[in-house]
Amino acid sequence: MSTEVQTIASMEGASLLKTSNRRRFNRYARVQFTNKLFKYIFLFSILMLCLVLALVIFFIGKTGILTFKDITLADFFLSMDWTPEEGHFGALAFILNTLSLTGITLLIAVPISVGMAFLLVEIAPEWFKQFVRPVLDLLVGIPSIVYGYLGLTVLIPLLREWSGENLGDGLFAAALVLALMILPTIARVSDEAIAAVPKKYREAAYALGSTRLQVMMRVVLPAAGRGIVAAIILGMTRAIGETMAVVMVIGNTAQFATDLFMPTSVLTSNIVMQISNVEFESTWNYALHMMAFLLLIISFILILIIRLMSRKRRQEA
Amino acid sequence: MSSFVNTNRNKRAKLYNHTATGLFYLLGCSVLLLIFWMLYTILSKGLPDITLDFLTKVPEEMDAGGGIGPVLFNSFYILIISLVISVPIGVGAGIYLAEYAPNNRFTEILRMAVETLSSVPSIVFGLLGLAIFAEYFQIGLTIIGGAVSLAFLNLPMLARVTEEAIRAVPEELRNASYALGTTKFQVIRTVVIPVALQGIITGICLVAGRAFGESAVIILTAGLSTSGEMWDFNLFSPGETLAVHLWYVQSEAIVEDAASIADKSAAVLVFVVLFINLIFRIPLWLNNRRMKQR
Repeated sequence: MSTEVQTIASMEGASLLKTSNRRRFNRYARVQFTNKLFKYIFLFSILMLCLVLALVIFFIGKTGILTFKDITLADFFLSMDWTPEEGHFGALAFILNTLSLTGITLLIAVPISVGMAFLLVEIAPEWFKQFVRPVLDLLVGIPSIVYGYLGLTVLIPLLREWSGENLGDGLFAAALVLALMILPTIARVSDEAIAAVPKKYREAAYALGSTRLQVMMRVVLPAAGRGIVAAIILGMTRAIGETMAVVMVIGNTAQFATDLFMPTSVLTSNIVMQISNVEFESTWNYALHMMAFLLLIISFILILIIRLMSRKRRQEA
Repeated sequence: MSSFVNTNRNKRAKLYNHTATGLFYLLGCSVLLLIFWMLYTILSKGLPDITLDFLTKVPEEMDAGGGIGPVLFNSFYILIISLVISVPIGVGAGIYLAEYAPNNRFTEILRMAVETLSSVPSIVFGLLGLAIFAEYFQIGLTIIGGAVSLAFLNLPMLARVTEEAIRAVPEELRNASYALGTTKFQVIRTVVIPVALQGIITGICLVAGRAFGESAVIILTAGLSTSGEMWDFNLFSPGETLAVHLWYVQSEAIVEDAASIADKSAAVLVFVVLFINLIFRIPLWLNNRRMKQR
């Protein structure tokens, strides 16, 4: 609709302007010129974004691949032995720790945040929503280092008391901190997914005599399922890539975590702890870049899954 | 008269329903309590002891009583440079996606790139900055390196918030403007951007708040030290920011009052982030209310 109006209007405008005097024509030419110019400026901006993405993949990938000049793929991916001083660069422990940390985080965060989303959309009165949504946004804005600091100064002493261990750091402390960090992300995105479920579904279910809980669990949850899963994956990308909050509470010891309360290390925390102490031209540095590249690939795959899911949802709609 | 039969099954369903409602409220209130307790803990531990001296003095390596002057200054300096770089590009990209992008495969790829870029972990941008500035240009850890890397991190989010804000502008406004014979860019400049400005500014504040507290990028690109002077505008001096300072004090500093400095730094950090997030919204929010009352 807009394009029709636009073409007709610009044609009419052009014929009007062409018949007018020379000064007007100059103005017309200038307007047309800036119109074209800015179109290309905006296109250039978005291409800059693509360039940054290309730079990320190129620089991190290029350095990461160099790892395999000195050690084999199996050494890197299948060994748990990370002693760079002796030339062992097995990243398996970090990979597994990252996965289990993300898993535990989601176990804690998903029920709470999806519950919050249901509360906001289905149960709570309007004033409560108006109050809670900005507060959740506030939680997104708090710097990750502050979460880490709170975890270190408040959570870890508490955990030490509860568990009776000498050290509170480890997967559990990190998972609690991360869960609090990704809670608002998951809650707000699933909030939108749940609110997008058509009202008629709910009314049909109420007409059959369902209680509100039955409507929520048997009608709304399945209908909003894909959106909620997308929200969870979005939270996952945040949890996997988070660095500073994790570094402060995880203990930073390169070993595979067999216990919730033992100092350990994940991909991100290991990179940030070691990168500033290594030479550029060393296998150690390459291996750290390979770990970053791995993080990159994991988050790309997660984004791809969200995209495929949302496309399917659009097709079904 | 009611056709509702009070069988056991119905009673059970009602009981579950009421219990669940109660539990949902309990959950919501505990989360809210947790959030406010957290904010209270950070702010109450640090804010009361903050003096002007603390905010402007140079940090001490050995003795107690150091301040956070240079790091606080660096935080704002890096934030502003990064915004100067990223806002025009990010907003431009958002405008392209909302107004120009045709519905084809090329646009699909662009969108994919923006989404992918926004999922890139911040530590990876730190490594990128390290590779470009420390390794390729050989200038070491500097303010400019930190600011550019931070700008990379801001870009995708800026593009997204701008696109959302512009998509919310009603189509009629554009058509009315086209009917007056304007070009596409004139419509964007005189109609779309003024209407979407509130959304765009809110988005920029969100991004600025996040960038102010970002530490993983800065720690790798701007370093763990300052030049030791207040008001150092040199782009090539090391640029430790407040968020990084909090990390440094907590993990490596040897001064005796490290814990109190960390408490105060955390409080200042949270206070500034809240301030950036809230203060810019208040005039817009008031404006919005006035518009609604009319």
